[in-house]
Amino acid sequence: MHSPQPNHDTRASDDWPSELYRILKAADVRQMSYVPDAGHSQLIRMFSADRDVTTNVLTTEEEGIAIAAGAWLGGQRSVLLMQSSGVGNCINMLSLSAIGRFPLLMLVTMRGEWAEFNPWQVPMSRATQPSLEAIGLKVMRAETAEDLVETVESAASLAYESDQQIAVLIGQRLIGKKKW
Amino acid sequence: MSMSNPSQLDRRAAVAALLKDRRNTLVVSGLGSPTYDLHAAGDHDGNFYLWGAMGGAALIGLGLAQAQPSRRVLALTGDGEQLMGLGGIATIGVARPRNLDIVVIDNQHFGETGMQASHTGRGVDLTAIAMACGFVAAAIVRTLEEVQGLAKQIAEPADGPRLFVVKVLAENPPRSLPSRDAVFIKNRFRAHLGFAAA
Repeated sequence: MHSPQPNHDTRASDDWPSELYRILKAADVRQMSYVPDAGHSQLIRMFSADRDVTTNVLTTEEEGIAIAAGAWLGGQRSVLLMQSSGVGNCINMLSLSAIGRFPLLMLVTMRGEWAEFNPWQVPMSRATQPSLEAIGLKVMRAETAEDLVETVESAASLAYESDQQIAVLIGQRLIGKKKW
Repeated sequence: MSMSNPSQLDRRAAVAALLKDRRNTLVVSGLGSPTYDLHAAGDHDGNFYLWGAMGGAALIGLGLAQAQPSRRVLALTGDGEQLMGLGGIATIGVARPRNLDIVVIDNQHFGETGMQASHTGRGVDLTAIAMACGFVAAAIVRTLEEVQGLAKQIAEPADGPRLFVVKVLAENPPRSLPSRDAVFIKNRFRAHLGFAAA
């Protein structure tokens, strides 16, 4: 393909958080909630600096499931950022999204699956996808920056236009090894 | 710590008094008796009833309050439900919505599961927790007259979130059951605010 933007792939690889921010803004996301993860730090900074988006820092991840449902009741789209260990905290609250068919988009950075230093991250890493699927979410996964950008764009449409509950798992290989 | 509960207040009378002049207030009710209390006070398109998602009522209220800043939002819940969402009080304190109030109908028991004593009858004070988390007002009320005063207070704007505890008699009045179809209640609620069903 003769693309007029030959640097697109390079740019996505270098700066996928900016691409995700652009996609979520284009999807009219107005609320963002998070429990921090190093892999989400740039996206958190970008949303926190955005006066058109209300940002909530959470004490535990399931709070964001409830906030997203409330936002939708009030006519706004919300996105929730967490790492895989937080998925375990969400399971019962996800009943709300599942039974109410509330649009839900969670971006989950994976720990415990690739060059992981902390063994305590491994059990919940293993349980992340099965437990999300058990409670009724659709799980999508990306291992490269290019795939992630496309996956989040698709997931946002499925969530907000088709009332689906989606978790996008961001592979630890993509995020890179944590420096200890 | 004392386990006494001097309040003889009837929870249905309290909730009815609280919502008598609700005007445009949007209400989210927590599992389970507050959901029955809210329905008993009169079904309303601006009500969202929880039949699960324990610990989520006040946080649904937060997302809603942030999306609808010109509306007053009331999270009406119980002591057990709010105790499961204690961290949410910190999140709401930091978010500092100016249009969200939490009212805890506090019978000091887990009424839905056999009236086991809860933490609030054993010295845990939700109003002190709320104030420590940056809420702008918090109080405990025990009489119908005080609830009537509270209804007037929460109709007025605030500079941030407020939490009120209404101490009530520990009893289970006959259940008043709203629809358990969350999709229906969701779409009805959104239509009330002018949003079409997808």
